[in-house]
Order: sequence, then C-alpha cells, then structure tokens
Amino acid sequence: MTAVDWQNLVQGIPSLLRGLLVNLEILFGLIALGFAVGILIALIQVYSPRPLSALAVGYEWFFRGVPEMVLLMLIYFGLRQFRVGITPFIAAVIALGLRSSAYQSQIFRGAIQAVGRRQMMAALSVGMTRLQAIRHVILPQALRLSIPPWSNEFSSVLKDTTLASAIGVIEVFKKARFIMGRNYALALPIFMVVALFFLFLTYAGNWALGALERRYRIPGFEAKGAGERF
Amino acid sequence: MALLVVEDLHKRYGKEEVLRGVSFVLERGETKVIIGPSGTGKSTLLRCINRLTEPDRGRIWLNGVEVTSPRTNIYKIRAQIGFVFQDFNLFTHLTALDNVRLGLIRVKGMGKREATERAMRELERVGLGDKADAYPAQLSGGQQQRVSIARALAMDPKLILFDEPTSALDPELIGEVLQVMIELAEGGMTMLVVTHEMGFARSVADEIIFMEKGVIVEQGPPEVLFTNPRVPRTAEFLRKITEFYGESG
Repeated sequence: MTAVDWQNLVQGIPSLLRGLLVNLEILFGLIALGFAVGILIALIQVYSPRPLSALAVGYEWFFRGVPEMVLLMLIYFGLRQFRVGITPFIAAVIALGLRSSAYQSQIFRGAIQAVGRRQMMAALSVGMTRLQAIRHVILPQALRLSIPPWSNEFSSVLKDTTLASAIGVIEVFKKARFIMGRNYALALPIFMVVALFFLFLTYAGNWALGALERRYRIPGFEAKGAGERF
Repeated sequence: MALLVVEDLHKRYGKEEVLRGVSFVLERGETKVIIGPSGTGKSTLLRCINRLTEPDRGRIWLNGVEVTSPRTNIYKIRAQIGFVFQDFNLFTHLTALDNVRLGLIRVKGMGKREATERAMRELERVGLGDKADAYPAQLSGGQQQRVSIARALAMDPKLILFDEPTSALDPELIGEVLQVMIELAEGGMTMLVVTHEMGFARSVADEIIFMEKGVIVEQGPPEVLFTNPRVPRTAEFLRKITEFYGESG
C-alpha cells in the first residue's frame, strides 16, 4: 500500500464509523421489536388455545422460512407499491425485527417450558391470575434462562444489519463499498476494518450479556452461571 | 354449615376415570387425612378442590360459596385455600421472604412494609426467621417445605390442602415438617392432608378417608379405622403401609 492508500484508509474511517452508527440504530430497533413480538408469540404458543396458537406457529414458520433478503424486498418495495411511505431504514428495522422475533420466540418458548407448569400451578394456588403468574413468576425465570441462547441471536442479528444496504440504507458495508470504489487498493484493508468493527461489537455485546447473566444469577445455582467451569 | 363440601366429584383423563364420584365434608378446624394406594386420584382430588384441575362433574362449596360455579371468582377462592405441594414448588428466583410476600402484595394488595412484617411472622412461625434472605436452592428440602407452608399461611387461608408434603423429603427431614403441621392442627387450622405418614394420621387426624380407584372406600376416626375397619380392603392396606413406612412421625 502506498502512502496515499494509507491516507485514504485513515480518512475513510470516520465515515465508516458514522455508517456503523446506523447499523447500531438498526440493531437496537430490530432487537426491541423482535424481543417484544418474540415474547408475545412465545406466550401465545405456550398458553393460548388452539386457533390463536396455530396462528402464532404460522407466523413463526413464515418469518423463519423466508430469506432475510427477500423479506427486506417484500417489506420495502412491497409497501411502496401500496403507496405506503416508508424509509429504507424503517423497512430494514421491520423486516429484520420480525425475522428476529420468530427466532427469539423459540428461545423464549423453550425457556418458558423449562420453567415448568408447576411454577405456574404454585402461583395460581396463591390466587394469582395467569397474567400475574406470567409477569411475576414465569418470565423472571424464563428471561434468565434465555440469556445464553439469546446471545446467539444477538450475534447473528448484529451482522445481519449489513443486509440493510440491499434496500439502500447507507450503513457501514455500503460506506466501505463507496471507499473501495474510489480506490481499489483499499478493498482488502477496508473490509478488514469493517470485520474488526463487528468482531469488537460481538465481543462487547456478549461480554455485556455475560455480565447480565452473572448479575441476575439465582443464588444456589452458581454452578450453572456464565463463565463457570465444570 | 360445613367449611368444605365436596359432592359427587368426577374427573377423567382420556380413558382413565381418576375420580368416580367422591363426596365428603370437612368441618371448620377439622383435620382429615386421605390415604390410599398411588394412582387412586388423591392428588387429583386436592387439585379439583381449588380448581387447579377442572373437575368434569360434581360440586364443591367453600364456606357456602360454590367453588364449581362458573360465576364464582376462582382467584378469590384460591387465595382462601392454601396448597402445599409434594415438591414444594417455591418460586426459585425469589428469596424465602419474597416467596411468602409475593401473594400478599400481588393478590391481597398489601403494602410492602405490612407484607414484610406479615411474611416475617409466618417464617418465624415455621422456625425460619433467620432464612428470610435465602433462595430455595440454598435451603434443605425440609426448610423449603416449611417456607411453602409459611407461604400458604400468610394468605390467612380458611383451609390448607397438603399433597404428600413429606414424600419428597429425606427421612431425617420429615419430622420438622410434620411438627409444623401438628402445631397447625392443634392451633385449629382446617386441613386436608394426603399422606403416607400413618403416625401423623393416627395422632392428628380427626378422620381418615381411605380412597382407592377413584372412590372413597371407607372413612372414619383413626381409632376405628386402625383397629376395627368395616371393609377388609382397608385393613389390608393399613397393614401393608404400616409395615412399610412404620408408625414414626
């Protein structure tokens, strides 16, 4: 690499970081959406009677079955066709968020079922309603159990935010391609920088999740906590 | 008026008819013990009483209110009936104190301070005042079961149902739980207890109900059932269970 290449690379980094910020915004949006809808779908699948729970299973099947790229196109161009004004950013959050909700729902469903019916029965036996039992007894335990598998989903959706470039969101991947387009000598280094960004974010995110897991570990179950060796 | 009236209760799971017409009455302050071979519907019967399991047929009254009526607020009924499970079923993510306090705050709408005081009193009553901050996994089985009794007591129940409360315990831990139950019975609590502890049944129960295959075979005061049962099958069962479990407790 020549001195000019190096200069271009260094000059490109602030622009990359601004792009990365967009990825983080998409990430927070899609995780929040996926979390809320995911819990709802899981609760419906576990506790609802047949017609509603079958609907939830259908939802989960659709959003786990359709490729993410196709979902992005469906939502962005599809809504535009119906003259619904939607920005690429919002479309990306919705498409990736709904996809994630289907995956997250199965994490939560597994955790809720692992907590077990007997905890529900004990809560009902003191006079709690099902909603109270879910809120105060089932979910606090299920969410703790969800953290390890959820960290998988986090790592996965973090990287998926780069797919938003396909519908025109100017995020880090798109920015890297701009920079490469102006100077092909930067092709390798610029994507190495992008890779490093994501490696760092994956590390930071999983570290935070590990800290969360330790923070909410239930005493007496220490051996099952994060970072323990057997 | 009797505190609890159970009339012609039926329950079937698929092809198996677990309860086939069970009727009995429980007076205020009375302790009745239900015995019988496993798989005869004893646990199902208890769960039908507060409708944790919905009975197929039959009626139940608590204090004159029909529990089985669709118009009855079942949550209010359950708050008046304590339930002690075989495997404790403490809320695993909560301390002993919070286990006892949760129902007071969420169901009875008690303020936090008042609920804490009440919960502490109940924990002390079962001898666990010093374990208020312990989580279930940090307690022995006997201690967990005593917390679950405190959880039931805190709600001021009219009646407590015990579903084999000592069956999951190591033998040396059974005594501490039975002791608490004996004190409750002597204090006038109304209790319906499914158990294999014949010593407890004999010394504490006002009446023993012998159930088999979903029906009540015989019921009566312990001295009658143990010494002079009407039905030969009762005598046979009592002999077997006394040989197996002994009379301790």
